[in-house]
Amino acid sequence: MNPLLSVHNLGFSYGEDGARPIFSDVSFSVASGDVFCLLGPNGTGKSTLLKCISNVLHGWQGKIFLDGRDIAHMKPAEVAKGISYVPQSQQSPFPFLVHDIVVMGRAPHINVFSSPTQKDRDIALAALETVGIRHLAHRPCTMLSGGEWQLTLIARALAQQPRLMILDEPTSHLDMGNQVRILRVVRNLAEQGLGIIMASHFPDHAFIAATEAAILNGGLMHHKGRPDEVITAENLEAAYGIVVKVLHIGAEVNRKACFPTLHTSAP
Amino acid sequence: MPSAEHKSAVGANRILFILAILLVAVATTSMILGHLYIAPGQILRIFAANVLPMERTWSPAVESILLDVRLPRLMAGMLVGAGLSVSGAAFQGLFRNPLVSPHILGVSAGAGFGAALAILFFGNIIAVQILSFVFGLLAVLLTYCLSRVYRSTPVLMLVLSGIIVGALFSAGTSLIQYVADPANEMPSIVFWLLGSLNNASNRDMVVVAPIILVGITVLLLIRWQINLLAMGEEDARALGVDTTRIRATVILCATMIAAAAVSIGGIIGWIGLVIPHIGRLLAGPDNKILLPVTVLVGAAYLVAVDTIARTAMAMEIPIGVLTSLVGAPIFAYLLRKNRSGW
Repeated sequence: MNPLLSVHNLGFSYGEDGARPIFSDVSFSVASGDVFCLLGPNGTGKSTLLKCISNVLHGWQGKIFLDGRDIAHMKPAEVAKGISYVPQSQQSPFPFLVHDIVVMGRAPHINVFSSPTQKDRDIALAALETVGIRHLAHRPCTMLSGGEWQLTLIARALAQQPRLMILDEPTSHLDMGNQVRILRVVRNLAEQGLGIIMASHFPDHAFIAATEAAILNGGLMHHKGRPDEVITAENLEAAYGIVVKVLHIGAEVNRKACFPTLHTSAP
Repeated sequence: MPSAEHKSAVGANRILFILAILLVAVATTSMILGHLYIAPGQILRIFAANVLPMERTWSPAVESILLDVRLPRLMAGMLVGAGLSVSGAAFQGLFRNPLVSPHILGVSAGAGFGAALAILFFGNIIAVQILSFVFGLLAVLLTYCLSRVYRSTPVLMLVLSGIIVGALFSAGTSLIQYVADPANEMPSIVFWLLGSLNNASNRDMVVVAPIILVGITVLLLIRWQINLLAMGEEDARALGVDTTRIRATVILCATMIAAAAVSIGGIIGWIGLVIPHIGRLLAGPDNKILLPVTVLVGAAYLVAVDTIARTAMAMEIPIGVLTSLVGAPIFAYLLRKNRSGW
């Protein structure tokens, strides 16, 4: 059986004739119900990798299969029916209502010359319900906080009714409460059978919500596997260049957690 | 909330209905007013006499003023007003910038150069119309090709290329004005650049009306896609939009409309910038409702301004001067009112 998504030897470079390679030879796969957490330092190409898989960026090398079909041979709308993408952050110069934005998730299901129907609007409302912000439906997006924007974008991605959702650092710029609310939504969606790929700056978030993790560093994907195999003191030290302790916290937490220190080398 | 949903749909229909009545009222007033007052009943009888066998109790001059002067001018006002407004709204969505007008890609600079060239070398109105239309399209084509040379953010590159191409054609127009004969070529170039619907004739309408109508229709058909483009290139792509194709379609339609409008009316500024904002004030930012609203408001606005332009003073006021004179204060007011967002 084909996994939901499989990526083979993916590479991407900017500039003429691959002058500036971002990453190369990246291979992994994601199944339904997986939460795949992509870690790595700033500027290492996590966002670029996610944009390639979401069909936002073109011109990559390698193969991306969705349900066994090569997405390079699929129409943009077909890919968008299977894969939805939640950008890192969003702003709008126009005060579209939250509901109007979530309805935009129906785009791959709607003909170019048509507009959303009542059915599409109902699906959008259900998506708002799922992420818990139905009460914001009629608020202008220019009046949203960072967390509310993120949930709106997740609802929009959900309205696409995809099989795989890709989130680019969904918890950056958010306070602790909103971070955990987003992780809870992500986890619930995976439990309902959605595949999830999420880039993050917080290794702890992989312990909290992920079933798989990987570290992208220096243009290559190192160490993929279960979060507690991948997120180790040695691997984090190699990726981020700092000293980190990874400890298991018992009692009511009962999971591993990362503790960065100010030491310059392991004591 | 399905009931709130339903209410907003009803609200949109009511706004469109009221605006349609407003447009009919403005158009009727425009037919009545002028150096010669023609009573509404008289207007109805003249129209009726052209389809029914009726005795004509009025002079042929009155009929000619109504059918050959005021009617084409009314049509031109409605089409140019509606066309420039709807293109402005579409461009503001496409460029994600509420300060953009249909002229951003250089169409008016190109058309102005074409018109000045025609006045210098040919001196007849048909040449002016053809050359302004052709150079308007040519300018935008140049802008589009230039923006494709650089392989980065397409929207930003389009705006920058538009500035470059616009500057080149404006320089050309200035050069032509400098070498033109100051006794008669010069004033006609200036008058044309200021804009006027004075020359609109039924013959022009046969050519220009279909171009503008097709442009407006296509923009209205794809109006929901413009919402998607307004979320930005990457979001639109992630939503499965073929952004290159939709963007090219919007640019093509808006450019055909603007070039056709400029060829019969000269450069009429501000309307494509201001009317979409009035539309947003009435109907909100959703292009699904906004675009039809701008069509009606734009048509009514330009006909009203044109009626003032030809009746307020003994000599005609250039309409471009009036649209700026009226548009700038309205825009200043909107800026103040809209502090929370567009």
